[in-house]
Order: sequence, then structure tokens, then C-alpha cells
Amino acid sequence: MTINTDMPVKVVEITRVADSVKRFRLQRIDRQPMPAFSGGAHVVVAMQDGGLLRRNPYSLMSSPSDRSAYEISVLRVESSRGGSHFMHDHVKEGSTLTVTQPLNLFPFDHRGKKHILFAGGIGITPFIAMMDQMAREDRSFELHYAVRTRSHGAYWQELAQRYGDHRIRIYCDAEKLFIPTKSILAKQALGTHVYVCGPAGMIDGVLELAKSLGWPKQNLHSERFLAPPTGKPFTATLARSQKTITVGEHQSILEAVEAAGVDAPYMCRGGACGQCETVVISCSGEILHNDIYLEPDDKRSGKKIMICISRIKGDAVTLDL
Amino acid sequence: MYTGLTIDPNAQRHLFALEGDGPLALAEQVKAAGNAFLAKADILYVAASAKSREAELAALNPDVLWVAPSIPVLLNRLRQNLLNAGMGTRIYVSGTEGFIGQAMKVALDLGIDFGSIRTEHQGSMARRVQCVHCKGITDDVKTSPFSCSHCGLNLLVRDHYSRRLAAFQGVCIDAEEPGTAPPPEELFP
Repeated sequence: MTINTDMPVKVVEITRVADSVKRFRLQRIDRQPMPAFSGGAHVVVAMQDGGLLRRNPYSLMSSPSDRSAYEISVLRVESSRGGSHFMHDHVKEGSTLTVTQPLNLFPFDHRGKKHILFAGGIGITPFIAMMDQMAREDRSFELHYAVRTRSHGAYWQELAQRYGDHRIRIYCDAEKLFIPTKSILAKQALGTHVYVCGPAGMIDGVLELAKSLGWPKQNLHSERFLAPPTGKPFTATLARSQKTITVGEHQSILEAVEAAGVDAPYMCRGGACGQCETVVISCSGEILHNDIYLEPDDKRSGKKIMICISRIKGDAVTLDL
Repeated sequence: MYTGLTIDPNAQRHLFALEGDGPLALAEQVKAAGNAFLAKADILYVAASAKSREAELAALNPDVLWVAPSIPVLLNRLRQNLLNAGMGTRIYVSGTEGFIGQAMKVALDLGIDFGSIRTEHQGSMARRVQCVHCKGITDDVKTSPFSCSHCGLNLLVRDHYSRRLAAFQGVCIDAEEPGTAPPPEELFP
């Protein structure tokens, strides 16, 4: 069971911050202060798009010390399933949305002596709140931020101005400037932590390189928000609820389950947190595991699935829901 | 509780803190992983109450071998080494429980995650115990109950371990009727 603590919010300000990136400021309709959060946290935003309920996770990027509103930044993704288009095209100042309680699956390690942040593109958002908190707590950090072009990159000017060139480094693909990851990782003092958020290739690249340089996994942190991939529709039988539903081409199992009125647990909706782990009773095809939560053994067993992000290749699956 | 000293092939430096029979754990690794890693190894060693294994370590021909006269001296050197070390340095600790705990504490205090430190127990099971009443720490406790070396109370050694203090918890066993403590039993040989 998911305890319903969702908050209705009003969009009080929309700012265009870069090519394809808009910032939304969200205030509670009951005017209560927003729940406190820590740098790296995200909320799941629910949007009523016609008859379709969309829920997308977004990192909170406002200052954790600002309880008057939350701010999120949304990149308009061309090949997306529609959530970012809805935010960009249909949400106006004055619109209402629903957000969940904040949840932090990407906190920084308070024991660290120094924190190195690697951001790619819109992956900058959790770091904006994180750096605000680190600066306030007087912690040592540096940001290496890769953008495609200067006009695509969000917030780089403000960040460089606020924290200085010694802490903020911008690398622009179009100018053939790339993050010198290896030389950065090779010369850090013991007690340093690394955080990376951006495209999958960048995350894997940084983590692999760090590992090959002898960094222990305890000092490596990453966050990837995966959108549920699309695929051929299939049938899902929910054994406990005694319902049979169709999971559409652009729908995740979780979304189809919710549309059928069944309350399934979830938190991150991005295959990272583990909350929506579901037992597979039978499956007529192959499970396409898209999450980064289950262990390889669990994936091979065919008995578990993360319904927020994974689907099946085949006709039908029966789930313990 | 202890992970074993398994050598991380990716580590740029290997820092060993060994006490007493700790070198036995290192010798096992040389057997399993070959001796190439020793060219990048710093070994800090103290014999403490066991017979010295300095000659065995010297025969391995590590990059650095440094022998301390006592545990506190070794811990101080460990701290200095860690302050100058880079990410990519893997820490390995082996010896008695009390030593492993104290070496871990040095690393933890510098912000290093305990999960990244590789440990292996060798030698006596004797515990380092903190008296919850006077806060004094007694090393090499082999029995429970035992008499606190600071305040003299009869302490029951609990399985409650503190990483921060690098000690087990000792609680007075006969507080309500002093003098009724059961005879000490050798639980940690």
C-alpha cells in the first residue's frame, strides 16, 4: 500500500532557462510550507493529460532552505512518451498539478572530505540543490558540467557566477571541450566522493573509469532517471486483484495497473529505488529488465520484475498484485 | 563480520596495517594473487603481544615495510599515511579484534567508509571493552564478566560493538547486589 500524502500544487511561475528547458515553480494550494528536503531529492509530478494520468519524477532544484515553493526544470524530450511535452505545451502559470512527498535516492555522503559532481545536460538539476546545501554547510565541492552547446546548457552562467570558476567547470561539446575525467579522478585525496548524473553513457563511463583507478564503490554515487521504454502491447493478469489489463505501447505496467484502479507501491518510477518490485507468477514471453535495482541473479530467475520500468516481450504475464 | 583481505586488482596503492599474526593473512593473499601487488604495497606492522613476524614480511620485499614498537605508534603512522593517500589506495587490516577496530576507527575518522576497508581476523579473540560506567577502555579482555581495569566494577561483556569507539560494551553485572557476580568464564580466547 502506498500512503497517499500527495500535495496539490499550483504553478506560480514558468521560466524558460535554455533551449528546450523550462523551470516551474510550484506552491502548495493550501499555502502550507513545502516539506523539507535535502539536496539530490526528487518528487513525482502527476499530470492529468486528458483522460491519461502521467507521473514523471523530477529532481528538486530550488534551495533546500526555501520552503515557500519547489522548483523543477524540465527538458523537452523529442522522443518522449509525452510527459515533458505536456509540461512544456499544456502547463501554464496558474495550472494545478500534484506532487508526491520529496524522496532522496541521491544524497551526498556527509562523511566525505570533498565532493566531485559530474553533470551532463539536464542531469545538472539535482546538483543545483545539492550545491546550495553544500555551500551553506561549508563543504568542499567542485562541479564538472558538460553541455551540448552554450545555449542548450541550463544554469551554467548563474552557477559559475555564484560559486566561482574554481568550483564550476563548464565543458561544451560544440567547442570540443570534454571533461578530463581521468585526470580529475586520478589525483584525489582519500575521503573524496564522486556523484554523476546525466546520460547513461556518461554515468557508466565515469563509474567504470573510477573503478579502474581503484575507487571503492562506497565513494561512487549516481542517479539516472530512466523513462519506461515503449514496446508491443501485452496482457497482464493481476492475480490478487483478479483483473486482466492490457499494457499499451507507451504505457508502463505500473501506469496500466494504476489506470485499472489497483494501488501498487512505487517511489521513484525510474527503476532505481526497488519499491515496486513485483513477483512474476508466470510469463509467456521474456522479461525485459530495464531497471538498475535487481541483482543479475534476480533478473535471470524470471521471478521478479520492476513494474515501473520493465515490460515483457510476449503475450501475457501474471503478477502477484 | 570480517571480509578477508582479498586484493583489489584495480587499487593504485595497497596499504596494510598488520598486527601480531596479521602477516599470515597477507601471506595467504600472496599465495592466491601472486606477489606483483607488493611492488605497490605499504606495510605497517606491529608484533604487539605475538611473536615478531618481521622477517617473514621483509622476505616478501614490499615497496615499504615499516615496523612500529607499539600499537599507538602504528595507528599514528597509519593516520599520517592516510592523510597523504589518494583515492585508489585500498586499506587492508589484519590482527586481533581490538587492533582491527582501532585501525578502522582511524580510517573512519577520516571519512573513509568501513565497507571499503578489507579486514581479516588473526590471532586472539580477546576484546577491547569500554566500561559504560567510568568510560575507561580495557584491552585484551578474555573473560566475561571481568573487572574493569579503571573503576573495578564487575562487567558483563555484551556483543554490542561500537565502531566509533572501536570497543565492545561492558555493563556492571552485580549492580543491585555487589559481590554476587558469577565467576569469570573464558569466552574470548
